[in-house]
Amino acid sequence: MLAVEADRVWKYFGDYPALRGSSLQVPQGACMALLGRNGAGKTTLLRIFANLSRATRGEVKIFGDASRGDVVRRKTGYLGHGIGVYDDLSAMENLLLFGRLLGVENPQKAAIEALERVGLERVKDGMAREFSRGMRQRLAVARAFLHQPELLLLDEPFTSLDDRAIAVLQSLLKDALARGSTIVMSTHQIREAMELATDVALLERGKIVHTGPQTPEMLGDPGWLYRTYGDRQVAE
Amino acid sequence: MNRGLLTALAIARKDLQTELRTKESINASASFALVILVLFSFAFDLGREELYAIAGGLLWLVFSFAGALIVNRSFARELPNDCLDVLIASPAPAWSIFLGKSVAAFFLLFIVELISLPVFGLFYNIHWTQNFPGLLLVMALATWGITVVGTAFSAVTVNIRLRELMLPVLLYPILIPLLIGAMGTTTALLQGEPMFGPGATGEAFASLRLLIGFDVIYTSLALYMIEFILIV
Repeated sequence: MLAVEADRVWKYFGDYPALRGSSLQVPQGACMALLGRNGAGKTTLLRIFANLSRATRGEVKIFGDASRGDVVRRKTGYLGHGIGVYDDLSAMENLLLFGRLLGVENPQKAAIEALERVGLERVKDGMAREFSRGMRQRLAVARAFLHQPELLLLDEPFTSLDDRAIAVLQSLLKDALARGSTIVMSTHQIREAMELATDVALLERGKIVHTGPQTPEMLGDPGWLYRTYGDRQVAE
Repeated sequence: MNRGLLTALAIARKDLQTELRTKESINASASFALVILVLFSFAFDLGREELYAIAGGLLWLVFSFAGALIVNRSFARELPNDCLDVLIASPAPAWSIFLGKSVAAFFLLFIVELISLPVFGLFYNIHWTQNFPGLLLVMALATWGITVVGTAFSAVTVNIRLRELMLPVLLYPILIPLLIGAMGTTTALLQGEPMFGPGATGEAFASLRLLIGFDVIYTSLALYMIEFILIV
């Protein structure tokens, strides 16, 4: 079964087509790295998957559901550019709030477990605004994984993370993959992404020009994918 | 209880909790309301009857201006750290996010109004405690109308750079019928006219029906449309 299915998705911002008929299929249990240069449409596509934006044309199905009701959204975790936590709430209050919004059965227990996973259990009552940048990032990771989602949508997840937060995130992502969760992440950081990615999609100017399994060439040479598929497809 | 309502309660509680910690909009709104009331008291030199005739209008102008300061922050407080994205991506239905924010803004504005009333009575020498239950009812209905329309426009303008300017421009024309109703009822109540029973002329009750109609129509519209406003 497919976790994510995008069929000829177009997205216009005014007259500008940010996505131009992009189609993508992500099987359940896969880790798809969405690659592409700035402005290629990675974030736009991911925001449509996360129900933050509507496609102008085309259809997106998450777990086979095009309406993306609350049952599907409960299975989805999203980590965007911002950390998505409230500065004026404590770490625990943040996770309790999101636990309730996400329909977690026992928000208290889930929040404590999530804080333990990211190493913030000792500062659970501290305000998020008093945390260091790295701690805030780890809190964001705890928030995204709070309900153990079946589908994780991550927008540039490794950008500006400190080393500890990268280690925590990679470990949580490996655990999620081992549980059978699906991951779709947009990234510029090919090396970090390739450690986890099973599949790769390359976007160029709003079009997906290549999808396929990760290969050893991609690991060895970060520019190989762009040279092989990107520029050639755009030239055509 | 319905999951959507529980979500709305969680969001209202979060908004009130963060507002009580930061006091960013309630302080601005309350001090604005008090300053305007005090300034107007020096600006007008009216007799007792004239004062009672304009009291409702004066009060609701102040409350609606103070309300704009509160609803302006309703969705804007979700912008730091991109919290709005996380709310929208969550299973919480858009209407419950909206309802929670409206409830929080309602309580904040109602607190500002309750703080302003004694100052209003003191500086204008108006006996606002007569017909107090009726006055509370009018305040509750009109405040809900202001907050529900204001919160909807707060969602519309949340991603606009000049949202602080745009919100009042969009908000006040829509509020005209509500403010007419609230001003009429409040003036009648402050003049000692009961809303029901012997001595009631029916004017206050007619305005009250206008408030109820406004609230029902705009609450239904906003709850229906909020998803199309938030997800574009």
